[in-house]
Amino acid sequence: MYDFVSGPLVWIAFVLFIGGLSYQFVRMLRTAKKDKVVYPYMNLKHGLRSLLHWLVPFASRNMRMRYETTIITFAFHICLFLLPIFLTAHIVMFSFAWGPQWGTLSERTADWLTVLVILAALFFLARRWMLPEVRFVTYWSDYVLLAVAVAPFVTGFAAHHQWFNYETIVIIHMISGVVMLGAIPFTRLSHMLFFPFTRAYMGSEFGAVRNAKDW
Amino acid sequence: MPRTGNSEEWNGGEIMGLPATILPELPVVSDIGLDENAKRLTPERIAEVVNRIIDKETAARFRVYLNTCVHCGLCSDACHWFLSNNRDPRFSPVGKVKQTLWELMKRKGKVPPEFIKECSRIAQTECNVCRKCSMYCPFGIDIAYLLITVRRICHQLGIVPQFMQDTVNSHAATFNQMWVKQDEWIDTLQWQEEEARSEVVTARIPLDKEGADVLYSVIAPEPKILAQLIGNMAQIMAVARIDWTMPSFDGWDNSNMAMFSGDFEIMGRVERAHHEAALKLKVKRIVMGECGHAFRGAVYDGPKWLAWREPPVPVVHAVDFYHELITSGRIKIARKFEEPVTVQEPCNIVRGRGLGTKLREIIAATCADFRPAEPAFEHNYCCGAGGGVINCGPPWKTSRVKGNSVKAEQLAATKAHIVITPCHNCHSGIEDIISGYKLGMHVKFFSEILMQVMEIPDELRAE
Repeated sequence: MYDFVSGPLVWIAFVLFIGGLSYQFVRMLRTAKKDKVVYPYMNLKHGLRSLLHWLVPFASRNMRMRYETTIITFAFHICLFLLPIFLTAHIVMFSFAWGPQWGTLSERTADWLTVLVILAALFFLARRWMLPEVRFVTYWSDYVLLAVAVAPFVTGFAAHHQWFNYETIVIIHMISGVVMLGAIPFTRLSHMLFFPFTRAYMGSEFGAVRNAKDW
Repeated sequence: MPRTGNSEEWNGGEIMGLPATILPELPVVSDIGLDENAKRLTPERIAEVVNRIIDKETAARFRVYLNTCVHCGLCSDACHWFLSNNRDPRFSPVGKVKQTLWELMKRKGKVPPEFIKECSRIAQTECNVCRKCSMYCPFGIDIAYLLITVRRICHQLGIVPQFMQDTVNSHAATFNQMWVKQDEWIDTLQWQEEEARSEVVTARIPLDKEGADVLYSVIAPEPKILAQLIGNMAQIMAVARIDWTMPSFDGWDNSNMAMFSGDFEIMGRVERAHHEAALKLKVKRIVMGECGHAFRGAVYDGPKWLAWREPPVPVVHAVDFYHELITSGRIKIARKFEEPVTVQEPCNIVRGRGLGTKLREIIAATCADFRPAEPAFEHNYCCGAGGGVINCGPPWKTSRVKGNSVKAEQLAATKAHIVITPCHNCHSGIEDIISGYKLGMHVKFFSEILMQVMEIPDELRAE
């Protein structure tokens, strides 16, 4: 089981992830041709200008209107990238298989960042329950997606601290990672791919066409 | 049927989470355009139209927007409807999409006529498609575009508020918004020319003058009920010595309610007629009166539908034009307007053209006591009337005024006496808010201020 999960399943995950993202990307480009305005309006300078204002914390008015959400959202997303890529255990496995390795986060830092991700997820959950405007638009799938995103971190944390049966937890951890990677291209987690394009398009339409700001 | 927040009947969707939100019942509004027409709908027809519009008329943006939205609700604080209705989630931008488009998609168009009525109410009367929410959505999702797609579906099913549909019918039949007949149009211009000449001797309203620098276009409510605005413009043009003209033929009206009812075929014809009038008269540019949606139609939505990247003739909004006249010295300011003023920044020219700074500059040049409203510029609240909402007529006026209490608070905080509204929809919408909330203020177009402070040289002044 362990061999399957840490071998072929990883390949399946990456094929799903990279293949899925490529498929969605090409499909977006093709359907954008049918959308008469997208290519004519797209503008590099204004697209990047808008992206910048939405990638820098507090650069947009909406971010300044809710400090806690902004800080937690940024922390969550940054850790989502940092942790899996710079985790010692991941790099050890990677270099064991292919050779290359790179700088790692200290175990202590990684631990704290994982706790941060989990707390942020709890914040998102609380937000979904407590704010009427969020609760009103919440479906079961929103809880599932949040669980899918945070499960690798919870199980990874448990594995690192050797809670429960180590081997079982590691297998669950790997499966949860596979599920997340596989889910990204085919669920609303695809905002990872689409965000820069939707933002850049709106920035272009506001900036290049309408001479206005969108942040 | 009473509308309750949790009724499966109208929102059709699940509301997750604990405890269940208790939402107050909203008053029922009767509108023949919705109630009577819905009786003729069949489920098959609804499904056919919904799926046709979604499959054939939408593409990348629609699909990506729906797949990207993570239901975070961060767009809500942009919306004056949401803020003014005690943060009722049914009025948040994403809440409106959930109650309409998400359900239509989920059920693949298999919804009862009642549901389409609700879609029309939500998309047509409770959203001004002002596009502020796309400045608050972290992903920049164009929520107004999604709701306009809902309007498109409702239009194709014939479920459009009666007053709105009548306006569109007028566009279709007469190429103007208010059933103005050709002779009435020309008579009104001649009458206003006479009026203008009683103040400025050189004032003329030249009709069909080929090769003029400027074609001046207005919305049909001007000749119909606000004719003095045309007379004012004749005086301003005379004092500024502008070579201008107005068409005597169809295409003089730059308004376009079909753009907001989802009737894009009529929208395209109206915009084409407007631009063709300018091309026929070989003018250098179109200057349009103080109207926001007309600008949007002529510069963005119309050309988009007609597959023109840009309008064929440059279109200049009145605010931009006055700015040019004042800063170039063609118009001199003799005295400043003394009463305290604030401004309603029209969405379609501030968020839609970035004219916020120029608007402030012309106010600074003409008014002694300007009280800015907050939030400002692109972040200003919509007047609540735009996007075709006021054109849905008297049945919907109560909900429209109630749905913009934040505007009343924003204006009241300025303690100004006059609200400058360089847009017809804003003008009427703010007037309703002022009377609805008893603010004791008055609205004025910028041209009305300009008329009071502009220097008329002695040689032009009528005896």
